[in-house]
Amino acid sequence: MVAGRPSADNDHPTRYVGAIDCDLHPALPGMQVLLPYLDDYWREMVSVRALDRLNLSLTSYPQNAPLSCRPDWKPEGYAKPGSSLEAMQRHVLDRYQPRFGILNCLYGAQVMHSEDMAAVFCRATNDWIRDEWLSRDPRLRASIVIPAHNTELAVAEIERRADDPRFVQVLMLVSGEVTLGRRQLWPIYQAAERLGLPIGVHAGSAYRYAPTAVGWPSYYVEDYVAQSSAFENQLQSLISEGVFAKFPGLKLVAIESGLTWLSGFIWRADKTWKGVRAEVPWVTRAPSEIIRDHVRFTVQPIDAPDELAAIMRLIEHLESDALFLFSTDYPHWQFDGDGALPSGLSEAVLQKILYGNALATYPRLAKANHAMEVNA
Amino acid sequence: MARHVVATVDDIAPGQRKLVQVEGRDIGIFNVGGEFFAIANRCPHEGASLCKGRVVGLVESSEPGSYQFSRPGEMVRCPWHGWEFDLRTGKSFCDPRRTKVRAFDLKVEEGAALVEETLLRAETFPVSIERQYVVIEV
Amino acid sequence: MSTLELDRGRPTEAKLRVIDCDIHPAMNAWTEVHPYLAKKWIEHLTVYGSHLRHAFSEALTHPRMSPDAARVDAYPDEGGPPGSSLSLMRSQHLDPNGVAFGMLIPLRWNPGSQRNLDFGVALTQAMNTWQVERWVKNEPRLRASILIAQEDTVGSVAEIEARASDPNFTQILLLPRTDEPLGRRRYWPIFEAAARNNLPVAVHVGGTNGHPSTGGGWPSYYMEEHHAVAETMQSVLSSLVFEGVFERFPALRVVIMEGGLGWIPSFSARMDKHWLRLRSEVPHLKRSPSEYVREHVWFTTQPMEEPGRASQLIDLFDRIGWDRLLFSTDYPHWDFDDPRHAFKAPLSEAQRAQLLYGNAQAFYGIG
Repeated sequence: MVAGRPSADNDHPTRYVGAIDCDLHPALPGMQVLLPYLDDYWREMVSVRALDRLNLSLTSYPQNAPLSCRPDWKPEGYAKPGSSLEAMQRHVLDRYQPRFGILNCLYGAQVMHSEDMAAVFCRATNDWIRDEWLSRDPRLRASIVIPAHNTELAVAEIERRADDPRFVQVLMLVSGEVTLGRRQLWPIYQAAERLGLPIGVHAGSAYRYAPTAVGWPSYYVEDYVAQSSAFENQLQSLISEGVFAKFPGLKLVAIESGLTWLSGFIWRADKTWKGVRAEVPWVTRAPSEIIRDHVRFTVQPIDAPDELAAIMRLIEHLESDALFLFSTDYPHWQFDGDGALPSGLSEAVLQKILYGNALATYPRLAKANHAMEVNA
Repeated sequence: MARHVVATVDDIAPGQRKLVQVEGRDIGIFNVGGEFFAIANRCPHEGASLCKGRVVGLVESSEPGSYQFSRPGEMVRCPWHGWEFDLRTGKSFCDPRRTKVRAFDLKVEEGAALVEETLLRAETFPVSIERQYVVIEV
Repeated sequence: MSTLELDRGRPTEAKLRVIDCDIHPAMNAWTEVHPYLAKKWIEHLTVYGSHLRHAFSEALTHPRMSPDAARVDAYPDEGGPPGSSLSLMRSQHLDPNGVAFGMLIPLRWNPGSQRNLDFGVALTQAMNTWQVERWVKNEPRLRASILIAQEDTVGSVAEIEARASDPNFTQILLLPRTDEPLGRRRYWPIFEAAARNNLPVAVHVGGTNGHPSTGGGWPSYYMEEHHAVAETMQSVLSSLVFEGVFERFPALRVVIMEGGLGWIPSFSARMDKHWLRLRSEVPHLKRSPSEYVREHVWFTTQPMEEPGRASQLIDLFDRIGWDRLLFSTDYPHWDFDDPRHAFKAPLSEAQRAQLLYGNAQAFYGIG
């Protein structure tokens, strides 16, 4: 494949060479793959309770729903979409030749009600990602899966991975047990800031609550649509609680959020802040400014009929082209062909979205990238 | 610029305010613990009368959970949308550079001195030598 | 000197002609509705109080930053809460702001959220009569809304039928924090009655249903709670669309009140995009979600969006559709919009007239 980027053909896969794909989903095929990483007690529990017969796929991503896997990325037989590294290489890593791809594993471990069980399975999941993915393709990086509802165990897991530079981010679901700004979660943010790990907040719910303030919708499409509403609520929580005032070095990446809600969000949030800021006096800047400094967004899906116009509109409204990070959301079905980004973006904007913004967001990627460039 | 007598000191008790019209402008005179301030009355946002707003202290914070309260009564919150304006400067808290109301120079002066002042336009406001007056420059 | 300054040369008050689609009338005292309430319910309220799904029986979950959520200048000299004095409402709002018609949106007591369904229905009956007797009969510019307790659909439909032929009422009113998403079939008898009587259904911010204000739990601060109103309305809209309510009731018209505007185009696009992927789950939808929204849903304008540039507001209106915007002030609440200054964008006289008056005139068939 030819390196470089032919400007005449924007949909050509070589357009993405050297990109950083900030949202790849490896699927955990089943609990049996975690057994080697469990201690005797938990291995026996898995056996005695037949936990390995449970399908812990998240309700947020039904395995066979059209959105969960693009038709031409579907594996043969009953395998879970995203469960094969070879398939991921064929569909994304070798086709688009990104310099890095970040794995965000969405599995039931992080939402188990038992905090200990959650912690043990999260730990095993991270071990499995390390051995079966990171160690088998040097382009891959991963987010650390944590039991966010027990901060002590979550911090322990973050620290356990800290020395492995291939773990570049901490992963949380947008809807967990408490709103994301709450002080009880702050030890997680403190550890992340200290260790140079952005917090990646991915669409998805632990379903501790109805996914909307008006209760339980009937259809999956409503749940999925409501993910962007959840991102809005959680950004408002993080800002209002002063997370970025407390942890000025913290970066947060909203993953698979839908993007286009951002315009309305900053207008409303900025206006509300002017009227009620005395309630939260640590919020000393407009929410839109705080977002520009601390929050980044993966681009897929782009919820708009005209994706190019949508991105340019967001750049105008947010007064920044530094906020958006390239992602394929593999294997989720957000785009067809090679159209992970719309045609017509300027070269400067394209480069920022493809890799520049990610390098500025993920210190560990910047470091690895620097080392690669020095060696080259 | 001209000097205008707009009130006696006794007209406006501490914590109170008075709306006056000077040269076609609505101006709010605020007494903050014995110190007087004058700002344009009209909120630049949607036009509410700032004189109708509550006066509050300055609320700041060094970090989440810390509430530092100072300068009691020196800010006015717009009666509608709650935007805070500094009575000393007219500047809004959230956007001091672009969103502000005019603050007028204000002095408290003895009536005895004022009756001597020939340039004074105080025809609607009788001045007697025994009292103290609020004088603003517009 | 200031870069944010109001235009002093705006149209004079006499030229303003406004239909205000969101005015909140208040009671001096609860006893105002006693004449319209059975003795047993008066006693019930005295003994057991308001029985809701949150911690405070009579206070909201998150205390506001302004008492009574009100403008500070809206307290009547004669006492009573903001919105309780018709004379002040006239002198402060209806007269100077050129309000030709005003839609009453009573919020007290949250009848639709009462856990005791019979009590909730009784409250709506009393408050509906109260709107007419206390307000509309004394001020011909005002119109009442048929408040319903939506969790009792039988009671709701009966109340709709009882008021439908009364010209004092212009619409059906409920609050969005229903026990289940509003599009669920349990509420369809209400939509059926609305369509049959050609009455719009107004959904005004509020209510309480036991669900946190966000899908990720309860917020700590009013600043969050206030924001979440917009996301709540998104979920209401999504439910109405995906349940097929507009397919089943093609004549139904819905007004989303006080939910903000900035999210509407992006949320419609989001519904469209993911409906295309997942449409096999909702085969009852014959058209794209945004088409149902464009055809069946109107939005009140307050609190007006204030983007960084005027052109962005115009772009937003273009994308929502100018004819779907119904001007509202939210009088006497703190986030009131003044018809002179709410729109921070240059509007033509025709656009201004359309937003302030024409759209609501056509929508409600008044004036």
